[in-house]
Amino acid sequence: MTPDSPCTRAESCVIACADTWRDAGEIMVSPFGTIPSLGARLAKSTFSPDLVLTDGEAALMVGAPPIATRPADVVREAAMPYRTVFDVVWSGRRHIMMMASQIDRTGNQNISAIGDHRQPKVQLIGVRGAPGNSVNHPTSYWVPDHTVRTFVEHVDVVSGVGYERAAAAGAGATRFHDIRRVVSNLGVFDFETPDHTMRLRSVHPGVSVDDVVSSTSFALSIPDDVEETRLPTPEELELLRTVLDPGSLRDREVKS
Amino acid sequence: MTDKRTTVDDIVGELRSGMTIGIGGWGSRRKPMAVVRAICRSDLSDLTVVAYGGPDVGLLCATGKVKKVVCGFVTLDSIALDPHWRVARQKGQVEVMEVDEGMFFQGLQAAAWRVPFLPTRAGLGSDVLTFNPDLRLVRSPYGPDSPFVHDPSDADVELVAMPALHLDAAIVHTNRADTAGNGQILGPDAFFDPLFLGAADRRFLTTERIVDNGALTDEGPLSAVVIHRILTDGVAETPGGAHFTANPPDYGRDEPFQKEYAASAGDADSWVAFAGRYVDVTDDEYRAHVAERGAS
Repeated sequence: MTPDSPCTRAESCVIACADTWRDAGEIMVSPFGTIPSLGARLAKSTFSPDLVLTDGEAALMVGAPPIATRPADVVREAAMPYRTVFDVVWSGRRHIMMMASQIDRTGNQNISAIGDHRQPKVQLIGVRGAPGNSVNHPTSYWVPDHTVRTFVEHVDVVSGVGYERAAAAGAGATRFHDIRRVVSNLGVFDFETPDHTMRLRSVHPGVSVDDVVSSTSFALSIPDDVEETRLPTPEELELLRTVLDPGSLRDREVKS
Repeated sequence: MTDKRTTVDDIVGELRSGMTIGIGGWGSRRKPMAVVRAICRSDLSDLTVVAYGGPDVGLLCATGKVKKVVCGFVTLDSIALDPHWRVARQKGQVEVMEVDEGMFFQGLQAAAWRVPFLPTRAGLGSDVLTFNPDLRLVRSPYGPDSPFVHDPSDADVELVAMPALHLDAAIVHTNRADTAGNGQILGPDAFFDPLFLGAADRRFLTTERIVDNGALTDEGPLSAVVIHRILTDGVAETPGGAHFTANPPDYGRDEPFQKEYAASAGDADSWVAFAGRYVDVTDDEYRAHVAERGAS
């Protein structure tokens, strides 16, 4: 790939993730997946320099090193063991982007199990921190394979909590609940509708609204004029291609 | 001063069928695998395992020791999901109390602090409450007129009352320990190991090396001695005792071995072969078999 070749789908996804953390200030960003990790590093390297990123283990990293940096070469600024992570989660100074095996119209996310939870058809990793994250600080989701099986009418297990479920649970759940964005390999989505159901915010270049609709099991809210996900600036594209991800790990998560 | 040195066999000898057992570490990191294997070889059964789950949970499920698991996940880190856990769940062989990882932390903390529950937002609105119908909510006693209400939306607010996760026994692996039962963790994260011990009636360490009381400062900083002897009843020296999980700086995860472990969930024949070579054997035989395959 040359620096001036056109922006790929994976690169659009990186930009969409990065923009999720624009103007976020000094908070911990916890990206899951290669493309959200690149987005966070891109944002920190450019328009959101105060973001706080962990090394994936138990420390905070200085700067935004390339995605394939060996652990021994990471420069660390502070300790962040898991017990301290919960202090940050419950303080609200964090914006996570988790993955979702299923996500639904009101923003419920599932990473626990497919089928009946008592004896699942497919056991997944477990709810992890999703219930607590989603009611304590801004939460976004990354779905690298947008299909009718991942964008579903109702998730099988509510792990991350969506708007309808949070409202039903009361003020304890809604006070800090904020499902900010869903980024998929097809587009960007939010919940900025009167009833907090999912809205198509932008389609990635090369994707049609029909592509999104036919890959989604529920009725999306679709504005009259759907924007395209913005293109990276030449500087962002060069940073991504030559510094942050010269090995193109991003293409393994989303094919061009 | 009491010399707390003991052996893996004596630790397992204190456990009983039906007990609730907490296991330290996180995912495939610093798990007390020598004790886990010894439990697998024992005639213990119907255990409730409480863990930030990794191959400890997978192995105990595969050997039929487990009635119930309390966890937020079971992962091998470099392999997203422990396939032995997947098999046990999909065949309906084990019960699960699946909770948010933070709720889990608070459950251990409540037990360690001897209070019946701690309040949290985590779990509200999620299926954690649906699938664990014994979990209860608690209403804040501080109403709108209370001088202690900082934000009006917290007046009379309903939160999850995460119950204390009381443990009959807890087992934790450390890099170093001393004869008195102080434990030193030289890796980057102590995880929740001191809390597992604090939540338990009987508290055991395994460790790479036992040194004299007072000599842990020769091994690393005093601030790494995060487990003090008030929290422990016995300590067993088990060099390589966390293998194949990661235990830096002593050793990293044995990824080729972990792949072999994961693959052994694929069919009965590969499990029988794996168990015969690495589970139904003494610790010395285990180490020899690991060395034979050229692993670290």
